[in-house]
Amino acid sequence: MSQASREIPAAGPPIVELEGVTKRFPGVTANDSVSLAIRPGEVHVLLGENGAGKSTLIGMLSGLQQPDEGRIKVDGQPVVIRSPRHALSLGIGTVFQHAMLVPTLTVAENLLLGGPWWQRPRKDALRAEVDALAGSLGMKVDLDSIAAELSLGEQQQVEILRALLRNSRILILDESTSMLTPAGIEELGGLMRRLVERGLAIVFITHKLREAARFGDRITVLKLGRKVGEVAPDRFRSLDEDALIADVVEMMFGRRSGDPEETARQTHVVEAGARPLLSVKNLRLKPGATSPGLQSISFDLHAGELLGIAGIDGNGQKQLAEVLAGQIASEGGSVLLDGAPVERLSVGARRDAGLRYLSDDRLGEGTVGSFPITLNLLLKQIGQPPYWRGGFERNSEIERHAVEKIRDYDVRTPSERTPIGRLSGGNIQKVLLARELADGAKVVIFNKPTYGLDLANTLATRDRIREIAARGKGVLLISTDLEELLQLCDRIAVMAGGALVGTVENEPGARAQVGRLMIGVAA
Amino acid sequence: MTGLFSEVFLGALLFGAITASVPLLLAGLGEQMSEKAGVLNIGIEGMMIFGAYTGFVAAYYSESLWLGFLAGAVGGMVVAAIMALLCVRLGLNQIVIGIGLTLGFEGLTALLHHFQFSRTYPRLPAAQATVIPLLSDIPVLGPALFRHHLLVYLAVLAVLVMGYIYRRTQFGLNLQAAGDKPAALDVAGVDVVRTRSIAVFTTGALAGLGGAYLANVGAGIFVPFITNGAGFLGVVLAMLARGRPSWVLFGALVFGLCLSLTTAMQVAGINMPTDVIQMIPFLAVMGMLLAFGRKSSLPAALGIPYERGAR
Repeated sequence: MSQASREIPAAGPPIVELEGVTKRFPGVTANDSVSLAIRPGEVHVLLGENGAGKSTLIGMLSGLQQPDEGRIKVDGQPVVIRSPRHALSLGIGTVFQHAMLVPTLTVAENLLLGGPWWQRPRKDALRAEVDALAGSLGMKVDLDSIAAELSLGEQQQVEILRALLRNSRILILDESTSMLTPAGIEELGGLMRRLVERGLAIVFITHKLREAARFGDRITVLKLGRKVGEVAPDRFRSLDEDALIADVVEMMFGRRSGDPEETARQTHVVEAGARPLLSVKNLRLKPGATSPGLQSISFDLHAGELLGIAGIDGNGQKQLAEVLAGQIASEGGSVLLDGAPVERLSVGARRDAGLRYLSDDRLGEGTVGSFPITLNLLLKQIGQPPYWRGGFERNSEIERHAVEKIRDYDVRTPSERTPIGRLSGGNIQKVLLARELADGAKVVIFNKPTYGLDLANTLATRDRIREIAARGKGVLLISTDLEELLQLCDRIAVMAGGALVGTVENEPGARAQVGRLMIGVAA
Repeated sequence: MTGLFSEVFLGALLFGAITASVPLLLAGLGEQMSEKAGVLNIGIEGMMIFGAYTGFVAAYYSESLWLGFLAGAVGGMVVAAIMALLCVRLGLNQIVIGIGLTLGFEGLTALLHHFQFSRTYPRLPAAQATVIPLLSDIPVLGPALFRHHLLVYLAVLAVLVMGYIYRRTQFGLNLQAAGDKPAALDVAGVDVVRTRSIAVFTTGALAGLGGAYLANVGAGIFVPFITNGAGFLGVVLAMLARGRPSWVLFGALVFGLCLSLTTAMQVAGINMPTDVIQMIPFLAVMGMLLAFGRKSSLPAALGIPYERGAR
């Protein structure tokens, strides 16, 4: 099994071809007559927004789903990929967007899954193979750690390794960068390059243009289930990064533009001596099993100001948001909202006082998936007039309210009675915004507001955040996306190990400064 | 009261504890395997009582205890096949189907018993004990622990076998993956439905065997509802044992002792209402749940049917 690098001439005949593949789900055509060829020695980027049909395509290649029409050819022969096991035997290995490791097993045991059941797991043979393979690729893998204790980047490496151990000729990476730090993304890019040099074919799925341009050899653009364009390797190489991005954007949106994520930022100047809208002093929380807690956090947020909290995921950002919102009790420190202490108030009382929190867990703690939009919009006001009178729902009021919000916030939904769980992430976010910004919001805390949204909704959400600040509210924006913070914020505070390690004015040069703070170089 | 601590009383108490704990042990080991693989097997009570019935019938007509045990295991697997089909392959709710199987087979066996044996109430002859030399000569403990039917020793051996399977074999890894993250097992190229089905069938065989032992050796007779919650106690044992077969053995011995105590106390003529005495095993369950239940960790996908590619 150790000869993962079979000798395949670079850019030889395609290993896998899709011919007019169509897949339908109730109500949607996920893939509409898609044709593409995957060749050895190439990083083939599948680019498209949420709902463009990337995941369905991967599902069919990896044996999870079957196409309704069209066919898949492997080495020129039409095949029906019946199961993940069958896909593996054809040499198609997939690293799914969500980690596919058994959290309670060790790395070694995870790699051994799928061996012949009558055998004893052969850990020693595995160790030798892994050492040889990982060493030559510059990967570091500890076979004895429990999978749940690995970072997302490390888990991904294990999954890539697993695919290689199975002699995969094609490696499919589904949104593999979405959970990685900038350094982790670079590392993955380097690994992909080394793998294609060995003759592997890589299918790299992403919705980030810059990554596609940096790491790809060939780009296929999907839009609403259809293939709308392809950039072949020779053309790819002849263009510089910006020209390439402009090209792809035109395919995706039908208009030529620069980087669509790039927008001019208007700085907000805080008047000297103005009273802060939110003043946090020495906020503390004990470290938990999986979180670093909070170590004496202090900051001020003024009206109309956008303060960013940067940092690698899991450095206490979520705890900070939840302590401020009142969902976790702090162990000391004060929080003044517009001069009044709120640190002893309940979640509801803080909300009433104007402190609003938009969770990153939109479906988990933000909404009730099976409730209609009408009720989700009023989730925090249940029982209150004018929507409830004497304990009874007043449907006409509730519906009128919902229709209004749906119009104002441009929520795309079949009706106001649709269960919110059926909406896309972007539309759920709009409903949450509509709810949290209503009736006297003063300070709004966002936790990763654009996580998991496609480009159009990301841009719309960012516009909305700017608009909130422009209306004189204070915005605390927690994000792991440095680009986002640099575009939106007036100041960026960096969080590491549960402490604010520094605050940077968003001026030219802020990027490097924040980056250094994030990795702990500058104190 | 003088008889309470005599050698005879203690010996009988311990002997009864072992006899009573064997069905619990087998049921608990079986349930543990299902739960490891992510199937909450409430139907185990039904598997047990059907195994008790088929085991008794086979042993009665063939006059062979071993044929009876075999038939008991097969009977348990028949019920397991229904469970595997409905809950693992078709993905129906495991709790609803489990309760249905339990009630259904309790009723069915009661009905069959009514037609076949309700006039005669036939008994099996006392089972032949395998006496372990030397060890069985130890005073009090010897006769209580080492003069049992061969199946008792095999059941204890099964604890070791299960431990080996879970810790040392590829199949053990597959089981744990099926319970903790079935999708990961699927993409690793192992059929989740098959892995879970094997686990459910094994549960059926062990539970059926336990039922057959209960009827053929423990009681020597089949009566309706003879299992009397032993399968459910197996579910409790599996949940408390956190995946360790040796803990199932320990728990089964504790419950077995309590069950034996109820009989022994009644025989010894303790001045206490029978109903109170019969509560002891169930009080023990609640006590153990209070003591250990909070720490029990269950597989993440327990009770959730696996459907490939579901989003």
